Amino acid sequence: MNRLRRFLRGIIVPVLVLALWSWLSNSGLLRPEILPSPLAVIARWILYLAPQESFAEAKHQIGEWLYSSEMLSDAYNSLYRIAIGFGIGGGLALPLGLLMGTDKRIYALFDPIVQFLRPIPPIAYIPLSILWFGLGNPPAFFLISIGAFFPVLLNTIAGVMQVDGIYIRAAQNLGAGRLTMFWRVIIPAATPYILAGARIGLGTSFIVVIVAEMIAVNSGLGYRILEAREYLWSDKVVAGMITIGFLGLALDLMMTRLNNYLLRWHRGLES
Amino acid sequence: MEGEATLTVDAPGRTPSQTAMQPEIRLAHVGMEFQSAAGGVVALNDIDANIWQGEFVCLLGPSGCGKSTLLNAIAGFIKPTSGEISVEGAPVLGPGPDRGMVFQEYALFPWMNVEKNIAFGLEIKGASKAQIAAKVEELLGILRLTEFRKRYPKDLSGGMRQRVAIARVLALDPPIMLMDEPFGALDALTRRSLQDEVLRIWEALRKTVVFVTHSIDEAIYLGSRVLVLTYRPGTVKRDIAVGLPRPRDTSDPEFNRLKRELSLLVMEEQQRFSDAEAGGA
Repeated sequence: MNRLRRFLRGIIVPVLVLALWSWLSNSGLLRPEILPSPLAVIARWILYLAPQESFAEAKHQIGEWLYSSEMLSDAYNSLYRIAIGFGIGGGLALPLGLLMGTDKRIYALFDPIVQFLRPIPPIAYIPLSILWFGLGNPPAFFLISIGAFFPVLLNTIAGVMQVDGIYIRAAQNLGAGRLTMFWRVIIPAATPYILAGARIGLGTSFIVVIVAEMIAVNSGLGYRILEAREYLWSDKVVAGMITIGFLGLALDLMMTRLNNYLLRWHRGLES
Repeated sequence: MEGEATLTVDAPGRTPSQTAMQPEIRLAHVGMEFQSAAGGVVALNDIDANIWQGEFVCLLGPSGCGKSTLLNAIAGFIKPTSGEISVEGAPVLGPGPDRGMVFQEYALFPWMNVEKNIAFGLEIKGASKAQIAAKVEELLGILRLTEFRKRYPKDLSGGMRQRVAIARVLALDPPIMLMDEPFGALDALTRRSLQDEVLRIWEALRKTVVFVTHSIDEAIYLGSRVLVLTYRPGTVKRDIAVGLPRPRDTSDPEFNRLKRELSLLVMEEQQRFSDAEAGGA
């Protein structure tokens, strides 16, 4: 009963928004190129999702058949770029952050340049990335890795620096040397911060991949909605945006799952 | 108690009678000065004491008397600014597993479950898997933690956390156990049962224990000897041997006589502490 009531309360606003949208688009006040009807968007979304080859045409290869869906191939391309870009950016930031957090001299060496480069939004690197890498995947990888790099770096440094001295003392007391201290005390103690940084970095990567695809590549979800605008297919623009929203939600959900698993020991998760 | 039978843990083979020549812990004119914005603070001044093998020494005093500072110096976390501390004849140069420390804040590694916390020291030492498993099993039994072995510290009560911390230290079988107000945050009943547990372990394994407390009752109940420290600078105000038979009865007249005596001593120092606070020092 209570759950039903909460559910009903939760859908009131979405239903009203949808009704208003429907009414506006059917009223003739706005042309469909400006505001497509919700039904047109749903129809377009399904069309966008549907594989363009028959299963037989795809030679009964399930992967190939799915890839013939425009939406799935776009999503695959965008995810692939995020994976590579985030992997490079985060993969460089993590060890550097661990070193900067543990060693004051390394911190003093790198901190000035980090502070200088950090406020430059990854988007501002677009012209330079095209000059350096031309068009295609390489500039996208570059931009995404910059987007992932700084959040992971800064959080890792903060995470290592805030490790409670009591754990260090306890480990020293039990005979831990420097390596044990690093791998078994400092890294796990810093994990909550590192994961928070990874989460922000992944969010930034997701923004940057869409922008990069609008400018430097001709595939992926970002490219697709820009292309749809050129044909004035507003229903496809919105369908693409919805897909981007779903993908972002899925990435965030995955990150939450990973977080909950890796931090199952963490106090903050006590219910 | 079911734990009692298992308490034959490869006892370190030392007996109090072997204490003859050399003190287990020697504190020779130990002094400690801290620099702060308001100038230098002398936390400890000329502490001179010998602690013998198998003794249960309680360091008693009000807040700010430097008892935890002294314990941290014995543990090797901080270095005295004057004098010397030696353990089994060798000067203390840093922290080490021969002086197992039980912290007031437990200091369990929250990312390790009970078993892993207990095994940590042995893994560092490079003990074999079988040895570690056997030791962990034994300690889980002694400290009645067996059914909680897979839990993380966040899911344990304060009393259980402190039992894990004790087990973690005992895993390395250190000759000395240092305890820094370990039961300060526990409720009275849990506290009493842990005190009995520590006594049981101390009696069975004949460890040397240095135990910091500000509770007079706790000091008399546990200690074979009580060192009363003065408020800033911390010095040894009185060194009292407690000869009461064990298990001790807290309502025994002799217990109460000692309590009165110690109360007077401690309250003098507490007064100096309050005066200093009021004076903004």
